[in-house]
Amino acid sequence: MARIELNEIAHSYHPNPADESDYALKRIQYVWEDGGAYALLGPSGCGKTTLLNIISGLLIPTRGKVLYDGIDVTGLPPEKRNIAQVFQFPVLYDTMSVFNNLAFPLRNRGVESGEVDRRVREVADILDLTPYLNKRAEGLAADAKQKISLGRGLVRSDVAAILFDEPLTVIDPHLKWNLRRKLKDIHEQLKLTFIYVTHDQVEALTFADKVVVMYEGEIVQIGSPQDLFDNPEHTFVGYFIGSPGMNFLDCTLEGNVARCNGARIPLDDGVAAKGRNAQGKIELGIRPIHLQVSSVAVDGGVPANVKMVEDQGSYRLVNLTLDGKTLRARVPESEPIPEDQAWLVFPLEWTRLFADGRLIK
Amino acid sequence: MEKWPNNKAWFLVLPAFIIVAFSGIIPLMTVVNYSIQDIFGPGEAVFVGTEWFKEMLGNHRLHDALWRQFMFSGLVLLIEIPLGILIALAMPKRGWGVSASLVILALPLVIPWNVIGTIWIIFTRPDIGLFGVGINSLDLLEVPFDHTAKPIYAWITLLAMEVWHWTPLVALLAYAGLRAIPEAYFQAAKIDGASAWATFLYIQLPKMRGVLTIAVLLRWMDSFLIYAEPFALTGGGPGNTTTFLSIYLVKLATMQFDLGPAAAFSLIYFLIVLLFSFAFYQALLNVGRGEKA
Amino acid sequence: MKIQKRTIALCVYFGVLILPIYWMLNMSLRTNADILGYFALYPKDPTFANYIKIFTDPTWYTAYINAMIYVGMNTVMSLAFALPAAYAFSRYKFIGDGQMFFWLLTNRMAPPAVFLLPYLQLYSTINLMDTHMAVALAHCLFNVPLAIWILEGFMSGIPKEIDETAFIDGYSFPRFFITIFIPLIRAGVGVTAFFCFMFSWVELLFARTLTITEAKPIVATMTRTISATGLDWGLLAAAGVLTIVPGGLVIWFVRNHLAKGFALGRV
Repeated sequence: MARIELNEIAHSYHPNPADESDYALKRIQYVWEDGGAYALLGPSGCGKTTLLNIISGLLIPTRGKVLYDGIDVTGLPPEKRNIAQVFQFPVLYDTMSVFNNLAFPLRNRGVESGEVDRRVREVADILDLTPYLNKRAEGLAADAKQKISLGRGLVRSDVAAILFDEPLTVIDPHLKWNLRRKLKDIHEQLKLTFIYVTHDQVEALTFADKVVVMYEGEIVQIGSPQDLFDNPEHTFVGYFIGSPGMNFLDCTLEGNVARCNGARIPLDDGVAAKGRNAQGKIELGIRPIHLQVSSVAVDGGVPANVKMVEDQGSYRLVNLTLDGKTLRARVPESEPIPEDQAWLVFPLEWTRLFADGRLIK
Repeated sequence: MEKWPNNKAWFLVLPAFIIVAFSGIIPLMTVVNYSIQDIFGPGEAVFVGTEWFKEMLGNHRLHDALWRQFMFSGLVLLIEIPLGILIALAMPKRGWGVSASLVILALPLVIPWNVIGTIWIIFTRPDIGLFGVGINSLDLLEVPFDHTAKPIYAWITLLAMEVWHWTPLVALLAYAGLRAIPEAYFQAAKIDGASAWATFLYIQLPKMRGVLTIAVLLRWMDSFLIYAEPFALTGGGPGNTTTFLSIYLVKLATMQFDLGPAAAFSLIYFLIVLLFSFAFYQALLNVGRGEKA
Repeated sequence: MKIQKRTIALCVYFGVLILPIYWMLNMSLRTNADILGYFALYPKDPTFANYIKIFTDPTWYTAYINAMIYVGMNTVMSLAFALPAAYAFSRYKFIGDGQMFFWLLTNRMAPPAVFLLPYLQLYSTINLMDTHMAVALAHCLFNVPLAIWILEGFMSGIPKEIDETAFIDGYSFPRFFITIFIPLIRAGVGVTAFFCFMFSWVELLFARTLTITEAKPIVATMTRTISATGLDWGLLAAAGVLTIVPGGLVIWFVRNHLAKGFALGRV
C-alpha cells in the first residue's frame, strides 16, 4: 500500500525536446492517496497511458520525480515498485495453467510453495476463478483472462497499487458491467489504490471516487464525478463529460451582459466582473440540462429557433439555433416544446464563462 | 473467420491444380511406371513388380546415403534453429539497424545454390581461400586443411556452408515471430518480475511456435533434398562420404542410367520426406497443447 | 552493458556472413594469374577484366538474360495461378479443400531429383526442351504451392465484409478481384513475388537439366566452367558476384515487407 506522489513530471518521446509541443506530458503534479479508486479519463493521445507507464515504471520521465510513500522510485524498474498492471487486452502466459499464471509473480520473487498455493487459492476465490485453476489459460473467455491478469497483481501481498489500462476494451458489453462491479467489490474488500485509465466517461464515473481528466498532456481537472459535471473547470471537461456535452458560445462582455453575435445573455454580476478582467478568447458555457426552453417570451429570455427534437425516452434533446450557432437543451418528457420560435433562459447560477478554455473564477 | 460453403470455388483452384499436376502428377506417374518395369530401350520393357523396390531397400549404398542424410539434416536442425533464434533475439527492434540487418540476412538466400558452392570453394581452398590459407597458417591440424582431403573436413565445410546459407532464413522467421508479440507482454513480464530466461521460455518461445514450425519444416525438407551445394563443393566425395540421397539418386539415374532402381529409390525418398514432414508438423502443432486441457 | 554485448555478437555474425561474399568479390577483381600467384586480402591491382569478358562474351551474357526471362515468366505465372486459388482457400469451404491444400504443399517437399528423368521425357515429348517456358513451368511445381500458402495468409487478414459489400454494390467477381481485392493485399503480392523470384533464381537442377544451349541460364553455364580443366577463378568469381546483384536489388525493394511476409504464412 502506498501513497503515490508525482512531482513536476514531464515526459517527451523526443530524445531532445525543444519546445512545449514535443512533450507528451506537460508538468504533472499530483498525489494519489493510498486506497483511493481513481479514474484517469481523456481522449486517445492525451497522455494518459504515458502517465500510467511512468507510475508503473515502464517509462522513466524526462523530468520530475515519482515518490512512493515519500521514497523516490523514479529510476526503479517496475518489478521493484510493488505495482501491478492490467493491460488493454489480456496478457497471459499461454502455455501455463491458470494456477501457474497466478503463481508466476510469486515464484519469480522466490516465495515458498506453501505460501504460493495459499495466496493463489485465496485470490482465485475472490475472482471466481477456482473452477478453472487447472485449465490452460489459453482457452478461456476474454473476461476470465482479464481476471487472471488482475489476479497476477492481487496475489502479491506487497502490492501497492493496481493500474488498469482500458481493461474492458475487449470484453463483451453485457459482461463489462459485471466485471466493473467485481472491480469495485475488490477495491472495497482489499482497499488497494486503483488507477483506472479509460476514455469512456461512463466507466470512469461509475468506477472511481475521483476522476482525473487529462487533455493534451495536462491534467485539466480532478474531482468527483458530480464535481466534473457541475463545475467543469475547462471547456474540455464540459464538452467531454455529460451526454451531450456542454454548449459553448463565443462572446464579448458588455456590463453584465454577454453578447454572442446579436443575442444578449444576462450574467451574474460577480461572474461578469471577473470576465471583464480576463484575457484571451471568452466563451460562455452551459449544460443542456440547465438550459430552459420557453414557448412564450419571458423576462431575460433570448429568442431562438427550434430545429430538431430527438426523443431519448425519459427526456428529449432540443436542437436550437441562436444567431446561427447550434445549442442543445435537455427537456423532461412532461414539458411542452415550442414549434418554431422559442425563448431560452440561461439560469445565472449555471452560466459559466471561460477564458482560453479555462473557467474564470 | 467463418468460410462460405461453395463448391464452385473449385473453379478458382482448378488452374493452379492443373499447372501443379502437370509438373507434379504426370512426372510422378512416369516414375511409378519406371519403378515397376525393366527398360532395355524405347518400347522394350518388362514388368518386374516390386523387384526394384526390394533391390533398393536392400542396397547398402542407399542405406549409407540415408544414414548420412539423417545425420546431416539432424545436425542442420540442431545448429540452425537455436542459432537462428539467438540471432533474432539479438537483432535491433527499431531504427536503421532493422533494415540493414534484414538486408544482410536475406543476402545469402538469393544467391543461386551452386554459386553458394562456388563461394565456399573459393573461400576454403588451401591455395587461394581466406579460410583455407588462414587455418593452415595456424598450423594446428595434422593434415593440412583441404575440403577434399579428409571426410571430416568435407563434412565440416559442408555443414559450415549449409549453416551459413540457411541460418538467416530461420533468423528472419524467428524475428518476424518476435516482432509480432505485443509490447504489453514484455511489460507484464517485467512487472511480474520475470527473468530474461523466464520471459524467453514463457512468452517469446510459445509465441514463436508458428514461425518455428515453418522454419523446422522448411529446413528439414530442404536439407533433406540438398543437391546443388554439395554437388558444387565436393561432388559427393571424398569417396562417397558426402554422397547424400539426391546426389546418389542423380548419379544412379543419369550416370549409370539405372532407371528402374532410380525410380523405386525416388518413390522411397519422397515417402520418407513426406512422412517426416507430416510427423514434424503434427508434433509441433501439438507441442505444449492439450496438457491439463 | 548487456545490450552492447548482444550488438557486438550480432556484428561479428554479420561479419562472418559477409566474409565469404567479400572473398569472392576480392577474387573477381583479380586476374587468374594474379590469384594463383600470391595470396592477398584485397586486390592490390584491381581489374574489371573478368566483368568485361562476361559482358562481351555472348555465352555468358545471354545466360544472364535467359535466367532473367524464365525467372520473370515463372514469377508472373505463379502469381497468376496462385491468386485465385489462394482466394478460394481463404474464403470458401469446398469438398476436399483441406486435402487439396496439403497435396499442393507436398509438391514443395518432393525431391527435385525425383522428377528429373520424367521431366526430360515429358518436355521432349511436348517439344518444350531447351525453352524458357520449360524451366518456368517446372519451377511452378514448388512456387505455385508456396505462393498459395503465403497469399492465403495475407488474404485471411482481409475481412470478408469487404467482399460482401462489393458484391452487394454490383461488382462482378473479376472486377472486384482486380480493382479492389488485389490492391488491398499488394504487400502480400510483393512478398510472394519476392519468394517466387528467389526460389526460381537460385534453383539449379531443373534449370540445368531442361536446357541445352538456347535457354541455358547463368547457373548452368557456371557449373560447366567448374568441370573444365584449368579453371579461371577470377572469371568464375565475377560471374558469381553478378548472380547476387539481381537478388540484392530485389531484397532492397522489399526489405520493409520481408519480416511481415514470413510471419503471415499459415501454419
